[in-house]
Amino acid sequence: MIETQHLNVQPALKRPDDFYNALVDMHRDLSEEQSQLANAKLILLLANHIGDEATLEEALKIATEGLN
Amino acid sequence: MLQSHQNPVYEFVHSSDQDAPTPVHHPVIIVGAGPVGMAAGLDAAKQGIAALILDDNNTVSIGSRAVCYAKRALEVLDRLGCGQRMVDKGITWNLGKVFFRDDQVYSFNLLPEADHERPAFINLQQYYLEEYMVDQINQQETVELRWKSRVTQVEEKANHVQIQVETPEGEYTLTCDYLLVGDGANSGIRKMMGLESSGQVFQDRFLIADVVMETDFPPERWFWFDPPFHKGGSTLLHRQADNVWRIDFQLGWDADPEEEKKPENVIPRLKAMLGEETEFELEWTSVYTFQCRRMEKFRHGRLLFIGDAAHQVSPFGARGANSGIQDTDNLLWKVKLVLDGKAPDTLLDSYDEERVYAADENLLNSTRSTDFITPKSPVSNTFRNATLLLAEEYPFARTLVNSGRLSLPSVYHSSSLNTADEDEFDSNMVPGTPSTDAPVNESDWFLRVIGNNRFNGLFFAEQDGTISEANRNLLTTLANSDDIAINILIVGLTADQTLPNGMVRLADNKGLLTERFDGKPGTFYLFRPDQHIAARWRALDQQKIAAALNRATGRS
Ligand SMILES: Cc1cc2nc3c(=O)[nH]c(=O)nc-3n(C[C@H](O)[C@H](O)[C@H](O)COP(=O)(O)OP(=O)(O)OC[C@H]3O[C@@H](n4cnc5c(N)ncnc54)[C@H](O)[C@@H]3O)c2cc1C
Repeated sequence: MIETQHLNVQPALKRPDDFYNALVDMHRDLSEEQSQLANAKLILLLANHIGDEATLEEALKIATEGLN
Repeated sequence: MLQSHQNPVYEFVHSSDQDAPTPVHHPVIIVGAGPVGMAAGLDAAKQGIAALILDDNNTVSIGSRAVCYAKRALEVLDRLGCGQRMVDKGITWNLGKVFFRDDQVYSFNLLPEADHERPAFINLQQYYLEEYMVDQINQQETVELRWKSRVTQVEEKANHVQIQVETPEGEYTLTCDYLLVGDGANSGIRKMMGLESSGQVFQDRFLIADVVMETDFPPERWFWFDPPFHKGGSTLLHRQADNVWRIDFQLGWDADPEEEKKPENVIPRLKAMLGEETEFELEWTSVYTFQCRRMEKFRHGRLLFIGDAAHQVSPFGARGANSGIQDTDNLLWKVKLVLDGKAPDTLLDSYDEERVYAADENLLNSTRSTDFITPKSPVSNTFRNATLLLAEEYPFARTLVNSGRLSLPSVYHSSSLNTADEDEFDSNMVPGTPSTDAPVNESDWFLRVIGNNRFNGLFFAEQDGTISEANRNLLTTLANSDDIAINILIVGLTADQTLPNGMVRLADNKGLLTERFDGKPGTFYLFRPDQHIAARWRALDQQKIAAALNRATGRS
């Protein structure tokens, strides 16, 4: 596990089930390629909203933790 | 193919050096008369060093290679005497447009801050730059350019370098104190010396077509990602002088270069792009691949590598010739001080330090642009397309679109020649920065004034337009030193005040010089001969200035 200083890894969503459902739902009528594109757009939008490089770096690290 | 430009042919001329019984010695010999070798020669002339340039060819660049010259390169070329011709002949542009598939995604304006002499960029064929440099060299007494003279051997001796030169009339030997190696990206001398330039080769090919056409397209930079007329690739359109337009098509790695550059294959691509009805003539085509790489060290004893021989970047972001010209801007004043015995030979190590740093910055920028333009994996392609799709409507994404970043000069932030700030300034002119420009006097420019190949000192007088007796004496001492005299410029001195001996009054009528340097009364800036800031203070202190000068010349 990676210790974070900037990224909030404690629960923050008020209705987690709703969000999770919306996320999966976003892809419902999309082809594999469109899904990839939608995910990429989502990441770019959220990253810009967060706007803090240190926070994003922690998220990038956690995202690949244990994958290689 | 049509020729809007005839390459001049420069004759081989017999030199008395060929007949000398023992090898003739030159303080500085430069290998290669590309833009960077010639910039070195012209800079040597400005510094007062006798220099010899040797080139194996007899003409300027065949076909236009470099197109874009950035503000800083133009400022250096001004100092070397070629800037005005470049700007007069070149195309000044500010507006860039980016397209993705069928749509314009956004446009950007490089709109430089007002009140600088030179624009952000001009476009001009490389052969013009080189011709202007040759003309300028021919006007100099202390620099000589010998055509059809190929350097075939280089040997470093204890206190000089010996080289072998091959000419149509046979071989001869020369010696020099320093050999400046500007023999281009495939540097034969680099290989001869067993040195390497390493980095990344991009698995992609680009087709360049220079076409002549009369059109009412505006002088803007248009960049297409995946356009309808060239699916899957990118395309760039840029205007050069004489109605010549540069068009660049990304072809992919599997393209056959010999096939692709045949007019019968190029013309249909151009028609698809420009429209059937647009009339144009092909002037030059070539297919190129590119690399981003550099030598580990730019200095090897008495050999100093400059330009593409030392570092090579992809063309995106226009950093090849632009950064090469900054190499020699950095190097020649140092060579002068060392040859004159005013600085130790180790000052030349700072060339390596500062320009390797700059090369890394350029390599990073050009690699990133290349990665965006030609994504290397499906996922990076997805992110690239996602960015472009968002950029059309959402401003944040525009900052992520990278079709080549403006080539800006490096700030040598951590150079060992800098004296760190100890005072507070509300100005980004920190030590290591190339000086900003500002209008001064009657229609003159600050960078012209300090383009005198010397150390300069800029002093801001007291609020009431005077200088104290002590400061007057101190500045007089600096200006008249028989070690390294500093050319002193004084801003804000009222007309009734006499000017101390050996100093120059500067009128800052618009107040911009004072504003850009945060020139509160008593402020003093020390500039190196390449116009980079060495140190600055809020008050004059002779010992501190002497120490900063020693530092900036590698004496401490
Ligand atoms: C398609 C393309 C587009 C580009 N666009 C830009 C741009 O927009 N802006 C920009 O700044 N840069 C651009 N560049 C890069 C630019 O062209 C080079 O960075 C620049 O020419 C390098 O100059 P140089 O003097 O170091 O080397 P070169 O121009 O390669 O000159 C080297 C010279 O050395 C001579 N020589 C070689 N070996 C010997 C020898 N043994 N003895 C004597 N002479 C020798 C050669 O004949 C040649 O004249 C572009 C390049 C390409 C290919």
